[in-house]
Amino acid sequence: MFKSIKVRTSQGRQYIADPRRAEPVGFRAAPHVSSTPCEAGCDACVEVCPTQAIALCQGADAVRIDLGRCVMCGDCIAECPTGTLSASSVFKLAAAERQGLMVGTARPVPEPLQVSAALHQRFGRSLKLRSVSSGGCNACELEMHALSNVNFDIGRYGIDFVASPRHADGLVLTGPMTRNMASALQLCWDAMPAPKFVIAVGACAISGGPFDGSEALERGFLEQFAPTLYVPGCPPHPLTFVCGVLDLLGIES
Amino acid sequence: MATSHPVVLAPVDTLLRHELEPWARLVEQRLEAGNRVVTLFGRLDRSGGVLTTAVVERAEGELEVLRGQAAPQASFASLTPRFPAVQMFERELWEQTGIVPDGHPWLKPVRYEGARQQHMRDHPFFSVRGQEIHEVGVGPIHASVIEPGHFRFMCHGEQVHHLEVQLGYQHRGVEALLLTRPARALAPLVEVIAGDSSVAYGWGYSAAIDALAGTTAGSAADVVAGIALELERVAMHLATLAGLMADVAFLQGGATYGRLRTAIINRTMRICGSRFGRGWLRPGGPRFGLTDHLRNDLKATLAAFSRDMAEVNDLVVSSRTVRARLRGVGVLTRQVALDLGLVGVAARASGVAVDTRVAQPGALYSGRPVVALTEPDGDCWARARLRMREVDESVRWIASVLDEPDLHRPGTNRRVRGAVAPLQPDTVCVSVREGVRGPVVQVLETGGDGRLVHYKVQDPSLVNWFGLALAVRNNDISDFPICNKSFDLSYCGNDL
Repeated sequence: MFKSIKVRTSQGRQYIADPRRAEPVGFRAAPHVSSTPCEAGCDACVEVCPTQAIALCQGADAVRIDLGRCVMCGDCIAECPTGTLSASSVFKLAAAERQGLMVGTARPVPEPLQVSAALHQRFGRSLKLRSVSSGGCNACELEMHALSNVNFDIGRYGIDFVASPRHADGLVLTGPMTRNMASALQLCWDAMPAPKFVIAVGACAISGGPFDGSEALERGFLEQFAPTLYVPGCPPHPLTFVCGVLDLLGIES
Repeated sequence: MATSHPVVLAPVDTLLRHELEPWARLVEQRLEAGNRVVTLFGRLDRSGGVLTTAVVERAEGELEVLRGQAAPQASFASLTPRFPAVQMFERELWEQTGIVPDGHPWLKPVRYEGARQQHMRDHPFFSVRGQEIHEVGVGPIHASVIEPGHFRFMCHGEQVHHLEVQLGYQHRGVEALLLTRPARALAPLVEVIAGDSSVAYGWGYSAAIDALAGTTAGSAADVVAGIALELERVAMHLATLAGLMADVAFLQGGATYGRLRTAIINRTMRICGSRFGRGWLRPGGPRFGLTDHLRNDLKATLAAFSRDMAEVNDLVVSSRTVRARLRGVGVLTRQVALDLGLVGVAARASGVAVDTRVAQPGALYSGRPVVALTEPDGDCWARARLRMREVDESVRWIASVLDEPDLHRPGTNRRVRGAVAPLQPDTVCVSVREGVRGPVVQVLETGGDGRLVHYKVQDPSLVNWFGLALAVRNNDISDFPICNKSFDLSYCGNDL
């Protein structure tokens, strides 16, 4: 009993008071694209990018980055001779459309999420999530698990991960979607009662990420059921997920 | 005595090519002599034949590479009946190359790759017959937020007679994908083979590329990488302990270990930008060094962490409910651990002192030794206690090297392109790193043009899953979750 009180006293309060205003010191997000022009003919960032997330174009929007592919390794920042690409720790990166993850010179970060009135009405007070890892490397899974720990504590917003698809409103999909998991994923989705929606978490789920092009993937599911929310990263910082869901559902923090 | 190294280079032309059966007998002789088979695998040759490779740890800790050659579909007398330690290797060899280990008692695909994808039901599960025997199937999707895998229990009432672990759901085709990209730019892919062991994988790969390119990252670079690896070990042990406490409904323990893990991985993020150590280690050395500021920050964090850790360990260890739930459950005896060739925590908790950092210390650990800790009892309690002690040992090791000079040298966000020279052609490189679950083994082979012709990945979980299957025998089926969590093996590391 005394030991328990001692631990309780030493640990104090650990929760992040307002996730929207948190500062994850040192977090390396996708690179920030400035308006500094590139060196003529330089394509070092495109060359070094492990997931073909960067495209160079003519005109005002010269450098474009697909956050759905970016694994936030920062290799491109180190290569950039002009400083056009620089480090960023912006974690509010979630988007409601796949196209919303395209950033660049013209729009360095995704537009702030608009509250969905329909989702707010249905799930604004209680959102139950079912996690399915389909080839996830256990990093996204650990970060999704961390959402329920004492620091992020999403339970306070009425958001929980549940054990059964029967109890779930949202499917949190991690991993590049393997062929060997395709039928289990479909079974899980079919077992969820409507209304329901998909949240794609991490570069792998969104685009195949580092595994794009592998023969062992089967991503047909996403063609049928487009995600309602895209949470980019490799793995995404838990704050990216929390703020994405809170913003989309119009939940106050 | 020569120092045994965790990276070994073997030019292909120095390797004798034995015919398949003599090769198998050579491996058998090593096993008879008490040597450990680190890995054993095959690859298709350009001519349509199969090249087999075994890596053996000799008594002195030195790694020996034995190479064999075989015609397609050839067979050899399976070593598994006498030496169960190679059972998974032989299954994988058969699945990947078609070479048949004759007399293997349970020849079944490891992960259903290639043409066998989605054919998991074509192979029967082990079945037990008898009155009142029933089967319970669990997964691939589990109740918690974890990776998928299927577990089939053969039970008599509540008691488990046998568990068959059926994996492969996580198969992403990693080994094939590794050969489609430039050999020196694979780090981001290697780091996600088993993403909770990004540092062990990233470092092992980088060390292999450095060796093949004929460079060394240097002493300070090694120390920084060593620190990264121990931070990863501490973080993952804490994740396991938190899960284990949640599984036995000791919530204060779970909450506290979880929050302590946050402190550690946030410190990792301050150094390298990622809570999982991604992007930290690359060929040519770490991309991020430890400035004085980061060093002091880490020291302060570890000091506070140690106090908190000791306090919560004391709370957990002295809790009767936790002890009662974990003691005597999921026992794996020392003999079984030895027979199965188990590695890492799973082996050490059964009294088998195996640790790459001790057996192949190289320059880094020779001068800065790590203690291979063991527990005698082999139950869930032993695995939990061992993790607590290993956390302390890792923190001690980090603290002991933090004052070394030049740790800032790697700089901040060092460029990686062109950091190392082209790779030495026609060479086999074996690289081993002691990750949180045991040795992460990567074997790279270059062809005549210096490009990779084969990349074998072997996660410690491949052999350890069978240890879990035997540990749950004669336990109640409700003991499975804590047994599983106490081993905390990797699904994607097994499935590749």
